[in-house]
Amino acid sequence: MTDDTPPELSPLDPAFIITSRIATALGLLPFVVGAGVLEFAKLAPPGTFLVPVLLAYAFVAYTVPARKYRHWGYDMGTDRLRVVRGYLFYRDTIVPFGRIQHIDVDQGPIDRRYGLAKLTVHTAGNHNSTVVLPGLAHTDALAMREAIRAAIRQDVL
Amino acid sequence: MNHATEGPIDVTGQEGERLHISGLFVGFVSGLPQLFFPLFAAIFGVRKSDNPALIPIIIAAVLALSLFFRWLGWRRFRYHVGADDIRVEKGILNRTARSIPYDRIQDVSIEQKPLARMMGLSEVKFETGGGDGDDATLRFVTLEEANRLRALIRARKAGLSEAQDTAPMVETEDAETIFAMDGKRVFILGLYSFSLIIFAVLGGLAQQFDFLLPFDLWDLKRWAGLAQESGMSVNTINGVGIAGQLILAFGAFTSLIFIGFATGVVRTYLREHGFRLTQTSKGFRRQRGLLTLTDVVMPTHRVQAAVVQTGPIRKRRGWHSLKFVSLAQDSKEESNYVAAPLATLDEVWRIAQVAGIHGPYGDEQLRTGAALHWIIQLLLLVPPLLIAMAALVIFADTAFAPTLLLLLLLVFATFMFWCDWRRYRFGLDDQQLYLRRGWWQQRLTIAPQLKVQSIEIAQGPLTRRLGLASLKFGIAGGTLEMIALPLSTAQAIRSAVMEKVAAVDYSAINRSH
Repeated sequence: MTDDTPPELSPLDPAFIITSRIATALGLLPFVVGAGVLEFAKLAPPGTFLVPVLLAYAFVAYTVPARKYRHWGYDMGTDRLRVVRGYLFYRDTIVPFGRIQHIDVDQGPIDRRYGLAKLTVHTAGNHNSTVVLPGLAHTDALAMREAIRAAIRQDVL
Repeated sequence: MNHATEGPIDVTGQEGERLHISGLFVGFVSGLPQLFFPLFAAIFGVRKSDNPALIPIIIAAVLALSLFFRWLGWRRFRYHVGADDIRVEKGILNRTARSIPYDRIQDVSIEQKPLARMMGLSEVKFETGGGDGDDATLRFVTLEEANRLRALIRARKAGLSEAQDTAPMVETEDAETIFAMDGKRVFILGLYSFSLIIFAVLGGLAQQFDFLLPFDLWDLKRWAGLAQESGMSVNTINGVGIAGQLILAFGAFTSLIFIGFATGVVRTYLREHGFRLTQTSKGFRRQRGLLTLTDVVMPTHRVQAAVVQTGPIRKRRGWHSLKFVSLAQDSKEESNYVAAPLATLDEVWRIAQVAGIHGPYGDEQLRTGAALHWIIQLLLLVPPLLIAMAALVIFADTAFAPTLLLLLLLVFATFMFWCDWRRYRFGLDDQQLYLRRGWWQQRLTIAPQLKVQSIEIAQGPLTRRLGLASLKFGIAGGTLEMIALPLSTAQAIRSAVMEKVAAVDYSAINRSH
């Protein structure tokens, strides 16, 4: 396995980098504020809190999302969905359409701004009872849902 | 009412139907208790202010806010009865659109709580076999609408699979007994169920209810005094000499052992007395119990995997137990169905056969895990141990030699890992997956490949470097994880299994035949 997404996988929508940057930045903001408060309290020489926290913040909120994006990938087959994610903790999951119970398409406020959506498929298994695929273009997510649903219907006939 | 739209529906679209508006009121009233704490906090916050008129204003504001959010939620909630599926779209900021294909709906339940009932409303729940139990609920619609939905879904489901429910559901009296335990076998099982739990229970009870006792239970001096009154004293015990003390200790030990066995036997008799497993037209039927008789039926098609377990001692006498992992539908607890608590392997395979599961044809089709996996785990233990040794020497001023004792832990761990590696086996044949693990409690899990829900290849930071992977199979009601495989093997197994799994639909395998 190479470091990058294997060629047979489709990448997520590039806007996923931006949305996940925004989400992480907002989520971690309290730490920055906290560091700022400590800085103001003048407990230690100037910069002891704020500088490392800001550096870490920039790394986690700017660099990490781009990296995460590179390691996500999916493949929509005719009868199965494959989702690959993670570098340090690599996960490569396949769910056959024939085992999917129901399908969610979620859109948060940030996602909506950038026209993204998250596809979640639910199976009956205890392991991986939900398989999540974020960062899809909303239209793609809907099309995938329809394809999966149609496949389920077809299987039955 | 019921648009059968063909194309995809936009998540933000305004199609579909709303819940009944009166449901807002029902939800509001039944949600009032949850508002108690925010209200209390708000009132507490302003109690110091001079204006007492603030309090009713705050109460009104909290109530209005709650009602407003409920109204928003109601406005943003739509359900849609489509050609192939039920869709539910909800969420104020986070929009979720859920699609539940008719074929996956196991049950539609209609519930009417008192308040809803007064308003002529009801709650409709769609249940699928989904693993997380949270499917879809319509809270609330009118009772007519609820009945219409249920009838509609039943009709759709019936149309989808006409042959589905034609299996004769008549109770045949000549049900065949496939496994039974006589008194002797229950007694043997009782011996294996050695348990000292009675002491824990007594201790717990004593602690709970010691205020009821006329004396202080934990007062040792008093006990010694009591013994003295009846002619014994600490000195007498000390006076009986070494041999006497040994005899006393031996007596105490034997009675402990005896109590342990007795507890096991009694508990086992209570639970397993008259154990009988029969094969009926509905599936397995298990009857057991001495005082509380239980009678549980499990349809054979719901069996997802079989677990054959044995312990180090009972294995020598050839005893095993058999459990079925099942698709838990009615109760989440009964996901493990004990089919035989104590049986020979022949009996186990005969029962499993009924559920369409067979034993491994021999050890040759089972493979060992890569020893590297265990070696790494062992090596990971070394740094913390070294750090602990260094810390003892530096901070606690211990001499170096005693800290070497810590390395004994490593020896112990090596032994455990070696045992684990030696027992561990995985494998597959044309139809089933096998996984054997555990050197003390030994379990062999057998799962038909068709019942696999999803397959995942997972690698951690270290195992990835070494080209090892683990393979996690999603199984309804249980787990099956093969570890320590070379990545290529994992990929080969996954594609082989996937070929079989993807070809057959879920509803086809969990349908009664």
